[in-house]
Order: sequence, then structure tokens, then C-alpha cells
Amino acid sequence: MTLTQEYHPLKGKRLEILRPDGALQSGFKAPIDDQETLKLYKRISFTRLVDQRCLSLQRQGRMGTYAPIWGQEACQIGSAYQLQKGDWVFPAFREVGVTLMMGVPLKTFLLYWMGNEIGSRAPEGVNVMPVSIPVGTHPLHAVGAAWAAKLRGEKTVAITYFGDGATSEGDFHEAMNFAGVFNTPTIFFCQNNQYAISVPRSLQTASETIAQKAIAYGFDGIQVDGNDLFAVMVATKEAVDKARAGGGPTLIESVTFRFGPHTTADDPTKYRTEKEIEPWKPLDPIIRLQSYLKTKGLWNEEVERQMTEESQKEIDQAVKDAEAVPVPGVEEIFKYVFAEMTPPLKEQLEYLKSTLA
Amino acid sequence: MAKLNMVEAINLGLREEMDKDNRVVVLGEDVGKEGGVFRVTDKLQERFGADRVIDTPLAESGIVGVAFGMAVNGLRPVAEIQFEGFLYPCLDQINSHISRIRNRSRGRFTCPLVIRTPYGGGIHAPEHHSESPEAILAHIPGLKVVIPATPYEAKGLLLSSIRDPDPVIFMEPKRIYRAIREEVPEGDYTIPLGKARMVQEGKDVTVIAWGAMVREVLSAAEQLKAEKIDMEIIDLRTISPIDIETIASSVRKTGRAVIVHEAPKTCGLGAEIIALINEKALLSLQAPVERVTGFDIPVPLAKSEHYYLPNPKRIMMAVRKVVNF
Repeated sequence: MTLTQEYHPLKGKRLEILRPDGALQSGFKAPIDDQETLKLYKRISFTRLVDQRCLSLQRQGRMGTYAPIWGQEACQIGSAYQLQKGDWVFPAFREVGVTLMMGVPLKTFLLYWMGNEIGSRAPEGVNVMPVSIPVGTHPLHAVGAAWAAKLRGEKTVAITYFGDGATSEGDFHEAMNFAGVFNTPTIFFCQNNQYAISVPRSLQTASETIAQKAIAYGFDGIQVDGNDLFAVMVATKEAVDKARAGGGPTLIESVTFRFGPHTTADDPTKYRTEKEIEPWKPLDPIIRLQSYLKTKGLWNEEVERQMTEESQKEIDQAVKDAEAVPVPGVEEIFKYVFAEMTPPLKEQLEYLKSTLA
Repeated sequence: MAKLNMVEAINLGLREEMDKDNRVVVLGEDVGKEGGVFRVTDKLQERFGADRVIDTPLAESGIVGVAFGMAVNGLRPVAEIQFEGFLYPCLDQINSHISRIRNRSRGRFTCPLVIRTPYGGGIHAPEHHSESPEAILAHIPGLKVVIPATPYEAKGLLLSSIRDPDPVIFMEPKRIYRAIREEVPEGDYTIPLGKARMVQEGKDVTVIAWGAMVREVLSAAEQLKAEKIDMEIIDLRTISPIDIETIASSVRKTGRAVIVHEAPKTCGLGAEIIALINEKALLSLQAPVERVTGFDIPVPLAKSEHYYLPNPKRIMMAVRKVVNF
């Protein structure tokens, strides 16, 4: 039985492999060896530190509004791990973990949130699209990109990330429907972090799960514990392998929790209490990985301290590099609107330059 | 050389370009098996298969959103929106992604996509099938908007649109889909975007129009010969970016201008062209520029449609007004 059959959403089951206490669920093996797990833990820890640094930079006025991923690290690292170079990623705007894992430099990532469009220019060969702010509009793009790959007989897949809120948008449904009809190699990865700003998951849809929405569109859905790195990895692997082999789309609902605010402009104390957050704290993806690695003799406070020090150094350097990038020249905001500037744009740029002289 | 109408000319252009460039795919409702409700994509699916001529679910935003993804990953999609009245669900995809991806990624990702749609009134159609939203689209940075006025123009402009590295909205004046038959060459030719067409030269007044209105203007011009009024006619062709040089050059010669468009008056392209004439050729004007337009009302149904559309009579009244100012 495939995972999506075993964990069919209508069976009310959720894939769980690594328990909050750091032990494996009975009947399961870790999908990767211990050294690899340590590597991924480092990546998760690094991601959280990046996230915290961005929050701090924003508070200091050195970065604009930022959407933190605090709590969702396993969703992102576990899923991105299963992608290959050349695969397409269509993020929403809360995917720092995926973005960095796929090969976008941290300096580049920071530049976007600091207000420079150059930060959306992923390196050649790294098919990570810019963020998509209008919620739910980008899964369609993943379907189209996957289609193009399929048409050319390529083996690349497209994955798209979005939250529980996005599953209420019309474009999400159109994307799921197209993917089902045309059997595109598309992975729909929902980070269900329980909130769309202040609106809780319970108000977003009357469906028991988000994963079961795939059934309506004629393909497989699976709900996983999004704070469980191994469950995310295993579910994503099955979906990616299936897509690559021509088996079509999958919807993965990764159940997690947004520990932080929607963005730095949001104050969650207005709509949720400590009491609501408390039960999720022991479910933190990092805690269970620490426990797991500790039993393997690969983690302790000293390892953590060392890791954190290295990470902060790397982050420091990236922040320094990003802040050293000069304010863009005025041509930059005109010259990329089209492949070649049209006469009105040339004229408008000249006019603007004359006012700056 | 075969004489084709606009439907056939566009069909020919699509077929030839798809033969030449296998990145070109066509998608939309009813475009495949049926060949399009106006037959513009007739027989293309037979020739190129269902992988390249795609009958989509009924979802306009979906069609252009998927087309965006295809374009970003190397295809040259030509997406059809069945009637301009159904473009509105696409505006989010058009404004938020299609028109701005090159800019916001600083050239890393681009969108060579064409959205084709029949537009405009005059066929006694049901509601929402007779509108002219070109000004709404022209107001979006990063988009080109093209409107052919004849079969020959349609094929040449379409090929330029497909080959353009950036998104183009190609609006086909359905009223004259079959009304004009003229020689349309087989084989490759293009008409540049951003360049207006001098339909005929004249010395007394410049009349600027596009789409189905060019034919109305030609009719007015013919009738005005009897009054010794010599009309210079410009077919704008590309609504965005506007070829203001051709217009300004003409106005400097004639000193008088009339703009004709079906779209509602307020905030229509007529206003933009007058503003541009103001910038480039104000001192050449012998009279204020006149607009002959639709009205700020929804396009009426068949029984009252004749009140709405600009016609030769209203065009002649406007021309006489500027000439006699």
C-alpha cells in the first residue's frame, strides 16, 4: 500500500514517524541515517536563527515587514530535501527554509526583504520563483510549469507551498482542478499552521482535513505531522517520485503551528492566548530532533552551542554583504519592465533623472 | 494569394507559427475539438494534438495562471479568453504576476505569453459579450495591448505578439471577424508592435481609431469627401505602448484631431491620447481634440445597441466640429 492509500485522509489518519519525545513510532525506521539527520537538524536550526535574525533586523529598521516561519522548519527542510536541482519551487511568502535549501544565497534572500528586487533573482539553474503575495494565486503557476516540463518529456517536478488560508482562494481550487484533469507532476504542499493572520483554521473550511480536498479533484492527498521531519520527508518523497514517474499530482497537508506573528506588522496577542499556544510548544520540530539525536549520541548542549556560533557567523556575514549592496540606480526600476524599454518608459526615465539631478 | 477574413488570418498565423516553433501552445475553453466558438483555432488540434492545443476546464483565472507557469518554464502559450467580458477573473493573474515577473525578478524569470480575446460590440450579443476593456489593461505596467483592424494586420501583429518576449493582450474585434476579406500572405511576415499604421494621408484632420472603428472612420471619410474634407486616418494598432510620434507628426501637419473608440468615454484611451498630443503638439492644434466614444453606461443589449456604438454619423459630426472650429 502506498502512503496515500494507508493514510487516506478520509480514514482520519495522519502520518507520524518521529514522536515529540524523540522516539520513532513503532513499525517505522528513520528515512535517513544519523549523520544525515544531524546535517538536516543543523539546517533546521540555522533556518530558525535566520528567521530570528530577520525579526530582529526588522525591529531595528534594517529590514521591512517580514513573515517568520518559526515552528514550520521541518515542513520546509523535510520537503525541500526531496527535490532535485532543476525542480521548480513556487513559494508563497513564508518559505525561507525552502528558499535557502534550494540554493538561493542568504544574502539574496535578505536583499528582498530589505526592499531590493534583486533579492528575487534566484541564481541560474535554481528554479525558485519570487514570493507570491496575493494568496493562493501561485499554485496555478506550478501546474503550468509542471505541464511544460511534461510536454518536453523532462523529469522535473514543480512544488508549490501555501498555507491553510490559501485553500479558500478560488485560484487554489482552479489549480487543483487543472492538475487533476491534466495529471501534471505538481506537488501541492500546504503548511497548515493553524492561522491566516488571525483567522483560525476552523473558520477557513468546514472540511475535516485540507488533505481530503485532493479527493474532490481526483488525486491523492495525505495529512502529515508537519513538525515531524521524517514524516514530511517520507510523504514528500512518495509524492515527488510519483510525479516524476508520471503519476500526477499530490496534496500534502503538513500540520504545524505558527509560533510567531503573521508578519512583523502583526500582534498575535490580539487574537490568541498563551493557553492556545502552550500545547504546541512540546511539539516543536527542533525539540524532538534534539531528543532523537541525543539518544544517538550526536547532540548535546555543546554541539548546540557550536552549531549556533557557526550559524550566527554565517548569518552575520550575509547580513553584512546584503547591507553593503548600494541603493539601486534609478534605471533599475525601469529597465526590467520589458525586455527592451518602450519609448514612454525611456521618456519617463529621462524625466525622472532630470528631477534628481 | 488567398483572400482571408480575420478569423482565417489568425488561424493561419497560429498554424504557421506552431509549425515553426514547437514551444507555442494554444489553450482555452473550446479551442481544441471545436476549434473555438468563432472557429479561430479551427483544425489546430487535429494538426498539433491535444498536448499543444488544449481544451481547458471552465476557469479563466486558471487558464491564464497555468499559461503563466508554462511561459515561465519555456513555452510560448497563446491563451484564449472566450469573450472580453470574461477577462475580469484574469486581472489578478495579469496584474499580480504576468505583467510584473520580469521586473520583480530583475529579468531572471520572464513571461512570453499572449492572451487572445474577442472584444467589442456590434454583433447584438448577450450581456458581457460586447465590451472594450483596453484602457483597463493599458493602465497596467508591463503589458502590451494590441488590436488589429484588418485580416492582414491581424496575422502580422499576432506573430509579433507571439514572438515578443513579454506578455501581450491581443484583442480581436469580433464585429469584423468576417466582415473584411483581403489578401493575406502565407509565410512569415510581422507587423511591429508599438507602431501605428497610416491608413490614408490627408491634410485637414487626423482621425485616430483602432479595431472595428477603423472601418467606421473609413466610411465617414468617404462621405466627407463630398464636403471637401480630406481626412488623415491613423490605425493605432498597439494600444499600449501608444505610438505618439506618428500621431504627433500627423497633428503637426493637420492641426486638428478626432479620436474614435467604442470603450466608455471616461478614462478611455482617447483621454490619454489627448494628454499626449498636449505634450507633443499642443501649439499645432487649431481646435480642441474631439472624442467620439461609447458612453459611461454598460453596453446595451441588441435593441438599444445602435445608440451606443460610435458610427459614421457621429464621427462626421465631430470632424466637422474640429474643422469648422
